[in-house]
Amino acid sequence: MKRMPLESENVILCNALPASEEPRVIISGSRRHVLAAAGGLGVSFMLPSLRARAAARRGRERPRSLITLWLAGGPSQLETWDPHPGTAIGGPTRAISTTIPGLQIASDYPRVAERLGRFSVIRSLVSREGDHQRGTHAVRTGYRPDPVLSYPALGALLAHQSPPTGLDIPAYVALGADAFPGRGGYLGGRFDPYRVFVPGFAGQNLVPHTNGPRQDRRLTALRGLDMHFAASRGVPVAATLHDHTLEAALAMMSSEQLAAFSVVAEPAAVRSAYGETSFGRGCLVARRLVEAGVRSIDVTLQGFDTHAANFTSHAAQATILDGALAALIDDLADRDLLESTVVLVTGEFGRTPQINPLEGRDHWPHGFSCLLAGGGIASGRVIGATDPEGRLREPEHPVTVADLSATVLAALGIDWQRELMTPLGRPVKLADGTPVVGLISG
Amino acid sequence: MWFEDWLPLSSPFAGCVVMPQSFRDLLPLIWIVAVVGAVVGSVVAASRSTLPSHPWEVEPPSQVTRELAARIDAVINVQISAAGLEPAALAEDVLVLRRMWLALAGTVPSVEELRRFEADSRPDRLERWLAGILADRRSADHLAGLLASALTGNDGGPAFVFRRDRFTSWLADALHAGWSFKGIVAEMVASTGLWTGTPAVNFVTQAASAGQVDENTLAGRVARCFLGIQFDCAQCHDHPFAPWTQTQFEGLAACFATVRISPLGVRDSGPAVLRIETPMASAGAMPPLTTDPDLKKPFIAGRRAVPQVPFGQPWFTGSGSSRAKLATWITHDENRRFGRAVANRCWAIAFGRPWHEPIDDVPDPSVEPGESDLLDILGCDFCAGTGDLRQTLAAICSTAAFRRASAHPGLNDPSRAAAVTTSWAAFPLSQLPPATMISAMIQATSLRTIDPESPLFVRTIRFLRAVDFMREYGRSHPHEPATIPQALVRLNGRLARELCEANVFSGPGRVAGLSQSNTSRLDTAFLACLSRHPDASEQRMLIPLLEAGTPARGIEDLYWTLFNSAEFCWNH
Repeated sequence: MKRMPLESENVILCNALPASEEPRVIISGSRRHVLAAAGGLGVSFMLPSLRARAAARRGRERPRSLITLWLAGGPSQLETWDPHPGTAIGGPTRAISTTIPGLQIASDYPRVAERLGRFSVIRSLVSREGDHQRGTHAVRTGYRPDPVLSYPALGALLAHQSPPTGLDIPAYVALGADAFPGRGGYLGGRFDPYRVFVPGFAGQNLVPHTNGPRQDRRLTALRGLDMHFAASRGVPVAATLHDHTLEAALAMMSSEQLAAFSVVAEPAAVRSAYGETSFGRGCLVARRLVEAGVRSIDVTLQGFDTHAANFTSHAAQATILDGALAALIDDLADRDLLESTVVLVTGEFGRTPQINPLEGRDHWPHGFSCLLAGGGIASGRVIGATDPEGRLREPEHPVTVADLSATVLAALGIDWQRELMTPLGRPVKLADGTPVVGLISG
Repeated sequence: MWFEDWLPLSSPFAGCVVMPQSFRDLLPLIWIVAVVGAVVGSVVAASRSTLPSHPWEVEPPSQVTRELAARIDAVINVQISAAGLEPAALAEDVLVLRRMWLALAGTVPSVEELRRFEADSRPDRLERWLAGILADRRSADHLAGLLASALTGNDGGPAFVFRRDRFTSWLADALHAGWSFKGIVAEMVASTGLWTGTPAVNFVTQAASAGQVDENTLAGRVARCFLGIQFDCAQCHDHPFAPWTQTQFEGLAACFATVRISPLGVRDSGPAVLRIETPMASAGAMPPLTTDPDLKKPFIAGRRAVPQVPFGQPWFTGSGSSRAKLATWITHDENRRFGRAVANRCWAIAFGRPWHEPIDDVPDPSVEPGESDLLDILGCDFCAGTGDLRQTLAAICSTAAFRRASAHPGLNDPSRAAAVTTSWAAFPLSQLPPATMISAMIQATSLRTIDPESPLFVRTIRFLRAVDFMREYGRSHPHEPATIPQALVRLNGRLARELCEANVFSGPGRVAGLSQSNTSRLDTAFLACLSRHPDASEQRMLIPLLEAGTPARGIEDLYWTLFNSAEFCWNH
């Protein structure tokens, strides 16, 4: 993958085209500066129209998106971003240096280590939930599960607070099989994610069973039948939005934006960099969806619930994650999308410092790790620390999952303190924490 | 809530530790099950000495039930008159029958049953079929699914110690056997034993985490489900709008302080004193953690609570554990809140929406029960009677309100529509829950009735298809519109295609092949999907759909159209 072009460096305009076909105009300044200047000088018509439209979707001014790489099962902090090699709790995991001076991560992540300077690391996440479903709810929403009120996931909040315009496809998408996907919660089912179980090829349920005149006949009959039903039930049937939902679904089925769900058009080198795995394709689709204007994308990688054979199991998942995450962060940067896209890499909790008799680690919500990058997240920061001997339960500078929610929302430009009125008539803050000091860039 | 994504039938896999994940993944297994099932089924059938009761063979509800229904109608009629409205006309009997099946059994009637109903000329056929549906095992399974969802939530729950399948199956058995709901509640609150051998304890173990029961979760659940009080906020502070206090909540929670969970099951042990946990309404306030490794919760130093109840102290009596006394208190004949909460939930089961919303926040009862308070009428009857939920449901479904059409002239007038709805002058629309929707789709594509007497492989396929559908469809709310992804599942989903497919084994295929005319095909498909016959305008509209291609293609198009219609997706 390409190295991240820095603001001050010369870049090649339209570098997505094959070299032989591109107008290789080498100019000074970043791509968005050039496009902005072209627009300001009234010569934007000289730019290819698609490029201009794409440019409007890039850079810091672009509406922000969120990509959450969800490591389902609870990834071990000791085998990812907080290794303690050479200690009683460290196991056989080794550590390697990263581009953040003085910071080491697990050696299973060499490609991420080379790019860690783009990230910040929280090593002191704490949650009160040690069960998968409850822990997932806590991290995804920032709230403990509540028997009375269902809270929305961060992705749903973003789609609600920053609704996209001109988007035919859903603003919140979940890629890959996930037992406990994010939900719209009290915002309603329309903020649930659109789920694609096998990412990379097409959206879910978008191809009609028939087409042409036969599909037209079906739809004509359906609309006629619905009108007949509504004839003497006008107001309540209108309130069901049944016909509106049908038309919206049909519009989505024919949208050009659906191309974002397929990686077939991507060069083989790009697909290879992400990895020819479901998760790798999901990450690539996530980048494409961000380009299309989707607000929030969850990509799930299973296999981190390592109660037994923790080290070998984790190594297999690390191979998938390392390549895909590195490729994603490079790709976003190359396409000038990183400044407007927050990337969160986390799971529902961490794993115990102690190694159990099955060479596994159990659930541990008392001090685990996550990565953050892009958007308004400051890079190169390391927050908190866990006890290298595993004796203390509480990490240094604990960051609650509510604080994590507030941090992500703040990095997305959302007022995390804003209160929404819930169906119970009780106002609830978007996040009941505080952004982590030092993690939000100016 | 009570309407979420439980499975529609008792799983043929109940008791298995590993549940199947996908219909397609298990096709080889299905064939094996089919062969074995056919053999075992024939042996079992041959060994049966008595045939099961069918809906049309059951005696109608008693005069007492009809009188109760009349008292309910009197309350509603006053409301309708006060709103200056006329009630909607009564719906066709077949549509009322459809409502009964959807509400009480979570599916639509089969063509087989509808034909039999239409041939039934007895004047009280609706009453008889109502009693029959309530006596049907499908109804017990459906109601148990609804109640299990309401009583233990929709989350998976803790591994090993919570067995939703066992809990639901036990509930279904109890309802089918006509147990008093009071007894069922008492078992759930006070039982000891293993989650498999004594399934009632799953009510308690669902609230377990890390081997310890969360007393606060149970207190909130008891208050909401059995008393109709949203009490949860009192865990952290006195209720801001109601007279409930934090002390009362802690006392209720302390009733579960003696619960211990071990590999041998649930038991009561230790002093009935609850150490008060640090309030944690949100995940934001991380308290200092105790350094005692044996204590997995952060406690407030010196705060203790002993078992007590927020009202009705004289009923909190009896021997045994504080849980046993709590069960006695909840189900006491004078505890009108219990009866009112049950009544509100039964109303929601029948109508798709509760009499009072939210369903678990029922208004305080008046000083004395009155004939103008519907929840009191139903609740007092429930408490004074046998406590069989089915009798309460029978009374509700026997009302004129339940049998009114969902069409009303006022519903086309935006200025009057709200009054029509709130006064119950017309039957309200409610979206089918996902489990009901898939059950209805599967039943509609089978001309014969799918019930517990169906061959094992039929039930297995149905179960696996339901799992697949619900995984993809997600949850829905009875009053919220479906989402676009949900519409896409119905429009383009694999299951929708498979169900509509006209082949020699499928209902649509048999309708296409055996019917003599397109009019007949249309009529049968309407009966299967919408439980009624098409009118003339619908015939004019839809016959061309059947005439455009082969009978097989035409019937596939028709089933697809009907499955995606508002009339199919919304109970009405």
